[in-house]
Amino acid sequence: MPDSESRVKPADTLWQRCNGCGEIIYRKTLESNFHVCNRCGYHFRIGPEEYIRIILDENSWEELDADLIAGDPLRFPKYPEKLREARQKTGRNDAFSYGRGMCGRIPVVFGVMDFGFIGGSMGSVVGEKVARAIRLARKESRPLIIVATSGGARMQEGIISLMQMAKTSAELGLLRQARVPYIAIPVDPCTAGVMASFASLGDVIISEPNALLGFAGQRVIEDTIGEKLPPGFQRAEFMLRHGLVDVVVPRRNLKETVVRILSVLWYRHQSL
Amino acid sequence: MPATQNQGWLDFEQPLVELLDRLEEVTALGAAQEVERIQKQIEELKLKLYSQLTPWQRVQMARHPRRPYTLDYIERICNDFVELHGDRAFGDDPAIIAGLGKIDTVPFAIVGHQKGRDTKEKLARNFGMPHPEGYRKALRIMDLAARFEVPILCLVDTPGAYPGIGAEERGQAEAIARNLREMALLEVPIIVIVTGEGGSGGALAIAVGDRILMQENAVYSVISPEGCAAILWRDGSKAEEAAAVLKMTAPDLLSLGVIDEIVPEPPGGAHQDWDEAAKLLKKAVLANYYYLNTLPGSELVSRRIARFNSIGVFQTPENNPRQ
Repeated sequence: MPDSESRVKPADTLWQRCNGCGEIIYRKTLESNFHVCNRCGYHFRIGPEEYIRIILDENSWEELDADLIAGDPLRFPKYPEKLREARQKTGRNDAFSYGRGMCGRIPVVFGVMDFGFIGGSMGSVVGEKVARAIRLARKESRPLIIVATSGGARMQEGIISLMQMAKTSAELGLLRQARVPYIAIPVDPCTAGVMASFASLGDVIISEPNALLGFAGQRVIEDTIGEKLPPGFQRAEFMLRHGLVDVVVPRRNLKETVVRILSVLWYRHQSL
Repeated sequence: MPATQNQGWLDFEQPLVELLDRLEEVTALGAAQEVERIQKQIEELKLKLYSQLTPWQRVQMARHPRRPYTLDYIERICNDFVELHGDRAFGDDPAIIAGLGKIDTVPFAIVGHQKGRDTKEKLARNFGMPHPEGYRKALRIMDLAARFEVPILCLVDTPGAYPGIGAEERGQAEAIARNLREMALLEVPIIVIVTGEGGSGGALAIAVGDRILMQENAVYSVISPEGCAAILWRDGSKAEEAAAVLKMTAPDLLSLGVIDEIVPEPPGGAHQDWDEAAKLLKKAVLANYYYLNTLPGSELVSRRIARFNSIGVFQTPENNPRQ
């Protein structure tokens, strides 16, 4: 379930307490340091705008299909209200934004999720837009970069949201056949239906320190096996150790890492 | 199979169980008239009990301890089945069956979840909840089938992919995701039948196909009713209400356009008559196979992808609802 405790509050206060070490940090300092605590390295959760700023070249972002709006196929209790609240809170129509952009002067398709929008859950709109992003990358032969953060499929759209997992993964099959690279960047937290579909299918998978990544929620696992989970379980470093992500880099090195990888994989396509 | 010697009947089936017991008694006594009378009562009661099932009763039927499982169907629909084991990397997952055989004269690769019948087998099969190696075995066999132009039948019946430490360490999410991507591209007919519980991603991981069917009393959902109730009302015991809200029965999925067809079950459900249930299932498999077999592999793939692409309910800016 969505929890936004560690998200940077857009608020009035000049200071922010670090969730990692408890240090009180001056907000401006935090912002200039990629929202990472400069004492302990704790990575605060950040929103789509920040990732766009961090990964894409300045002023290169051109968003597409921002106006797609969810339906309510199951007439699920309180879903329209939930959507309305999420829209108000985030200023976004749903939990995924995508568009064209440049990354290290390479034309790319970039997509990013918003955990603040109903826990970044994937319903029809997220599924459709992710599929469109993948298709655009294939049609225009642009590398695809997706920053994924999500609690999984959107329960309120029931089986329809489960099918978005198949929809996005199938499109990635075509992208792979077309030999267009896809860099997946699952960040804190990314679990369940999104991790079990497009977020795990990157040609290269990059994550950030201490990001929670995995299939099942921790409470579900604890209830199932009847014991407490070891520290560090499902964190990015755990995923790295078990061979499930390629590389874990501090946020300040995210873009540089993406560019280095693309400059090799996309070497033949570049006209720098 | 004698009706009541084994346990596992549901609460609302108790009147039926009593009649079945009586039938057994009078049959033993050789009272022909009485036998006939009770048989008639049984048929009437079945009609009454099972024709108006609530969503929650459907969930119970889908999870029925006496319901036939994948191997029970394979035994009845398939000749010369050879089960194949292992993912060639970590191990063999008994929660997933994979193998090759013929249905009538048609060669098939069959993949399915497998639950256990008694306590020992339930544990061995992990209650039909696969680990990553299960999904990887399934994909290995499906890929094998595709390379030799052999159609694929997937039987889906799982509470979900196993949420455990080993499963996470070995990449449960990746295993499921990879199956979704690869199944979309296999150039042979894939027929999927949800025979019991279609438990979320753990079900979908072997359910990307050209024809997606559900048995009459199967359910298929993004989350269990218990899980949904826990989130919605912080009360897992409200599963009955959640089952209705989730629209997870076969008729629901048919009207949502997610499945193509409902496979009928014998009166009172598949657990009343395994042979008849298998016969009906086999009929559906072959009918769909003969239809799909007319299409070239590349056409199957493009239609399969288009099918999943078309699922989604949202509105475009002009406010045209699009399905």
